Amino acid sequence: MKNSSDFEFDDLQGLLRFGHGKLTDTCFMLLNIVDATAARQWLNSAPVSNAVETEILPKTALQIAFSAQGLQAIGVKDSVIEGFSDEFITGMSGDESRSRRLGDVDKNAPKKWLWGGNTAQIPHILLLLYALPSGIDSWRKTVQGKKFSKAFKVLSQLPTQYIGEIEPFGFADGFSQPSIDWQRQQSTDPHDRNGYSNVLAVGEVLLGYPNEYGQYTARPLINPIADKDAAILPNAEDVSGLKDFGRNGSYLVLRQLDQDVPGFWQFVAKAAGSDPEKRKQLAAAMVGRNIDGKPLVSTIVEDIPGIERTDNRNHFTYDADPVGHECPIGAHIRRTNPRTGDLPLGVTGFISRLKKILGFGESRHDEDLVASSRFHRLVRRARTYGPMLTPKDAIKPDAPTDERGLQFICLVANIARQFEFVQNAWAMSSKFNGLQQESDPLLGHRQPLMSGEVTDQFNQPTPAGPMQKTCPLPQFITVRGGGYFFMPGLRALKYLATLPSQGSDSTS
Amino acid sequence: MTPQSTFMICAPVRDGQLDSLRKLLAKMNTAKAVGHADPANKLVAFGRFERLHFARFTIIETKIADEIKAFGVTPRPWQSTLAFLGDCDGDKDSFLAELVAHAEPGLTKLFSFCVGFPDANSEGLLAWMKSHHVEPKASYVNWIGRTVKQVHEEAALHQSLSAYLQRIVDEVGRENTRELRQQLLSHVEMEKQAGRLILTPPTPTPCVWQVCNLLHKIGIPLLLLLVSPLLLLIAPFFAIRLRMLERSDPELFIRPDRKHIQTLSAQEDWDVTNQYSVFGDVKPGIFRRLTFEFILLLTHYAARHIYNHGFLARIKSIHFARWVFLDNDRRAFFASNYDGSHESYMDDFINKAGWGLNLTFSCAVGYPTTRWFIKEGAAREQAFKYTQRRHQIPTEVWYKAYPDLTATDLVRNSRIRQGVEIRPASDAKIREWLSLI
Repeated sequence: MKNSSDFEFDDLQGLLRFGHGKLTDTCFMLLNIVDATAARQWLNSAPVSNAVETEILPKTALQIAFSAQGLQAIGVKDSVIEGFSDEFITGMSGDESRSRRLGDVDKNAPKKWLWGGNTAQIPHILLLLYALPSGIDSWRKTVQGKKFSKAFKVLSQLPTQYIGEIEPFGFADGFSQPSIDWQRQQSTDPHDRNGYSNVLAVGEVLLGYPNEYGQYTARPLINPIADKDAAILPNAEDVSGLKDFGRNGSYLVLRQLDQDVPGFWQFVAKAAGSDPEKRKQLAAAMVGRNIDGKPLVSTIVEDIPGIERTDNRNHFTYDADPVGHECPIGAHIRRTNPRTGDLPLGVTGFISRLKKILGFGESRHDEDLVASSRFHRLVRRARTYGPMLTPKDAIKPDAPTDERGLQFICLVANIARQFEFVQNAWAMSSKFNGLQQESDPLLGHRQPLMSGEVTDQFNQPTPAGPMQKTCPLPQFITVRGGGYFFMPGLRALKYLATLPSQGSDSTS
Repeated sequence: MTPQSTFMICAPVRDGQLDSLRKLLAKMNTAKAVGHADPANKLVAFGRFERLHFARFTIIETKIADEIKAFGVTPRPWQSTLAFLGDCDGDKDSFLAELVAHAEPGLTKLFSFCVGFPDANSEGLLAWMKSHHVEPKASYVNWIGRTVKQVHEEAALHQSLSAYLQRIVDEVGRENTRELRQQLLSHVEMEKQAGRLILTPPTPTPCVWQVCNLLHKIGIPLLLLLVSPLLLLIAPFFAIRLRMLERSDPELFIRPDRKHIQTLSAQEDWDVTNQYSVFGDVKPGIFRRLTFEFILLLTHYAARHIYNHGFLARIKSIHFARWVFLDNDRRAFFASNYDGSHESYMDDFINKAGWGLNLTFSCAVGYPTTRWFIKEGAAREQAFKYTQRRHQIPTEVWYKAYPDLTATDLVRNSRIRQGVEIRPASDAKIREWLSLI
């Protein structure tokens, strides 16, 4: 495969390749299937957007994703659903152990969610509609068409509101993304991956392709002899004779994150004092970037595969700042993507490589705790909700307290190794990278550990020695809903649309 | 320096007694966290044993013993076995005696579910435990010589210094490192005098241990040197045979049961540290068994003499680990205590030390196919994660003497103490010391 144009972009949903950034008017709907036959008919003619690049930017887009319950409701056999990962089948809220791991406890607990928090109430379908400003109503009518109301019950429309290329706290957001290796040119061999690369194997985002281990992630493969309808599905690349229901599809993780914007800025104001510059510094230290997106560490001159040298918001790693004097180790963006390669720094030849592999030659006890970022990357497609509130207004004691936040969306091929790992081991862990008593300054739930050790601090290492401590941090972000979905490829959608009716039709 | 030792008492459970044993074991746990021992539980009050780092009761069962059939071998019968294992400071025998002295009724009650537990007039509990002790083939200690007492004292020191530093840092000035250090040192002195901080000096290393350790340290390489001509001679045959087996061994790509995973994960992520117990068959044939033994001999050597202060190759998150052979060396059991979630433990291992996993586990049934012993294997991520979860067994009761603390915390706290007791050589070193607090 030489050109990216050789990739079958016509079979994957557009969201995997584009953020639909220009389409700022959105409508995210949670649906339940009430009539499976009608749902399949609707799906058959649904104008789902693919990922082919067009000369004229499209004015609208439609993407669709199913929960495990949704696949079942539209008629997919259990044996096929069983081919998906456990995380997807059990669901984000379906197991207390998972909630504990994800930090969905206390105020974040699923039982307090607005949606998706109860296994009996998992939405079947997530429908994502995008349009140019003020174009969403007519697009929604077009999308819904005739069969829609017969087929589905709209459980809720998730709030979304465009406030610019920022997240509700006011920071520039969404511009740091992995660069997908559509041409499959980058080696996944650890010998070639000492340093950080932003290029990511297709199989880390799409099912049906080799991932960063050079392996195919498990997914439902269907024998077309037993299931004639499966003939329209793509072939499994790794198993001859089988059809791949997962190929060109991706898991979609959705979390509704309520952001307490006045709470955040008022805390920053209180902690940093009256000097506006100090406030900016503290907030930036917590995020790891200035409000305009400029990283706290300097850009570097060495090449980073997958990042343009001119991209001064992204052309950096933390290699030159190992202890966090420029950007605290615990800063949000340093936690969620530590930008590490497979080996610690300083590998120059065979001997030094061997030394590092065997664990020798380190100067600090907390070196090399976090490596191989490439196995834990997310393609993010979040949208904001709630009206804009500038930091200046948020600091005022009478700041409006409308609901604001993020419909956090990420696309991954392995929920456990990508989303859950980042959320658990990197963001929520108060022990991330040798830190003490602090979890993610933005996402943390501030609950103490089992024996009472606090997690509500934020520590900035300083060249003088003693850490600059900020505490106790209140909880700024609360989970209000969430779910694991599967966003099928377009042929897989056709397959769903042509599934035979089953006895369970027209029940909910 | 007080070296650590391990114990593992194993005995088959009487037929039909498993459920009641499980119920009894569950009574040892706290209501707060599934599978986590109440340190003051009535049966074995782990918390009162000052020398005990970690302990667990696990019932070693074979739910997937049939997998060996893929090798054309009939599974050997296995009777579910109660295992009580732990890691302690000082020698094992005196610790077992201490256990019996303070927890005899509880232990008697627990072991009375086991086959062959003595009647009233036969050997006593201690002798019975000793005769049912299984020595590991290899064991790993994160930091040889670091005692439970030391861990607690140093954690208290860290806490005290951290709070005090916050109180004085603005007044003294962040840049005024020497003055900060002086004040912190006097604070420690005051706290010590007030009895709120204790920093017990290390005890002398036992002579017998020192001699044995030295003999082991020199003896193994000497022995290897002696047999090296032989090893060289068989190396090509070994390589050929290994490659043949690697090509022909069946790969068992079997997804673990979801219920099984839920049972396991229900016990995880309550504390920052988790337990891991895994049990399976050694691949059939003398070649695999001897290779396994040899690798574990080297592993044990490396753990004892090379990786004995904070890291096992690139892995720094393991507190204690052991490899044990059971059933006449036909089966292998591995247990560890590690920091972070299960997923991050596995990812860390695959990405940082996959070669080590391959060496130390690929002679077990179900392990993903390796190439030249160290290649592939664990890097077949999904197959590896499936097989390790499939072979994992729940731990009924798990105890850790220092909840909330990771291995990295322990190393940091020791370094903080070192900075109290030994004057840092330069201002830069003082700053580094202050940054740890």
